[in-house]
Amino acid sequence: MAGKPKLHYFNGRGRMECIRWLLAAAGVEFEEKFIEQPEDLDKLKSDGSLMFQQVPLVEIDGMKLVQTRAILNYVATKYNLYGKDMKERALIDMYSEGVADLGDMIMLLPLCPPDQKDAKIAQIKETTTNRYLPAFEKVLKSHGQDYLVGNKLSKADIHLVELLYYVEEVDPSLLANFPLLKGLKTRVSNLPAVKKFLQPGSQRKPPMDEKNLEEAKRIFRIK
Amino acid sequence: MAAKPKLWYFCGRGRMESIRWLLAAAGVEFEEEFLETREQHEKLQKDGRLLFGQVPLVEIDGMELTQTRAILSYLATKYNLHGKDLKETVRINMYAEGTLDLMMMVAVAAFKPPEEKEESLALVVKKAKTQHFPVFEKILKDHGEDFLVGNKFSWADIQLLEAILMVEELDASVLSDFPLLKEFKTRISNIPTIKKFLQPGSQRKPPPDSHYVEIVRNVLQL
Repeated sequence: MAGKPKLHYFNGRGRMECIRWLLAAAGVEFEEKFIEQPEDLDKLKSDGSLMFQQVPLVEIDGMKLVQTRAILNYVATKYNLYGKDMKERALIDMYSEGVADLGDMIMLLPLCPPDQKDAKIAQIKETTTNRYLPAFEKVLKSHGQDYLVGNKLSKADIHLVELLYYVEEVDPSLLANFPLLKGLKTRVSNLPAVKKFLQPGSQRKPPMDEKNLEEAKRIFRIK
Repeated sequence: MAAKPKLWYFCGRGRMESIRWLLAAAGVEFEEEFLETREQHEKLQKDGRLLFGQVPLVEIDGMELTQTRAILSYLATKYNLHGKDLKETVRINMYAEGTLDLMMMVAVAAFKPPEEKEESLALVVKKAKTQHFPVFEKILKDHGEDFLVGNKFSWADIQLLEAILMVEELDASVLSDFPLLKEFKTRISNIPTIKKFLQPGSQRKPPPDSHYVEIVRNVLQL
């Protein structure tokens, strides 16, 4: 019987959070080993655990997996969240990549120099409202189904709903004109495994605050 | 009989080159439409063919696929270059993601001011020599096989060759400490479809120059 997947990262969202969401939504229990000092990261590097000297690292099924997308795609396939065939998978990938593009912009916001932050936030709001949310709203409208692809929950829905929570954190009014996306968010949030993950006390991580940012900078040696 | 895949992008490497490599290595003939004007790009957007308003766009099997990785993954699976099971696929994905990261750094560097560009490219060479290439050298050494995964030619091998050649353009001596990668480079380059793609006159694109950067900036209004 395989052990639980083990996630190695710092105690914050970063590039591991989408993996936490996906595992949680799939109903998979997982352990976390938090990197707390730069030396912890050094040790992972020197003992050969990190193929490209980077985290996230997920130990699963006897493997040490790195590269966020490789990990997500493995988990999605294993837990049947990746469509029924190649063509569905291509759509799921396309949607997931779009989510990741906007998600990265939001994720990197705390690293933005203070004098550029307002402009960056304005840019994020603009692209959210004019590029990304309309694209996903249109997909849902085009088929009228409950989920983005193949009338079935997939990683694309989970990643998108996670993103919608972050969009709301930036500005709650951004979702105002996207009724179908609001519907998807509610629907996915009410799935038992997701509902549980959204409760306080779960392994879901909070937004990055000053303290969390300083910790990340220290661990990853970012100036 | 299916039509040939059609690629929409600028006439240069950027985010489309790995897709060209994959198709060429798989022996798949493809057509290309090159974006040269703002109007062409805007038309693609207005016609609703770009899900997120961006190229690369690949028309294939009745789909309009965007997002580089979605396209690459589809093609790798379609042409049996994605491993025989999930464990092989995840390794191929890990290796491909690593090399893709490296090559994206090169693509992005072209758009930086001269000093930053030199710094970025030097960092690429450093990362290749200290992070990426030692890893792949060790993989080849550990199993002693001709290909990175499952003793069979895969997308990971194509990406690695593309990355090796790209970094060699920046520093010709970059493989000097990696004898197995040198052999790998020769071996993969001699695969007939790849050999053909490496000849002058193929659809392979040259490194980005200032002319290319100008066209992209103009079309995308950067």
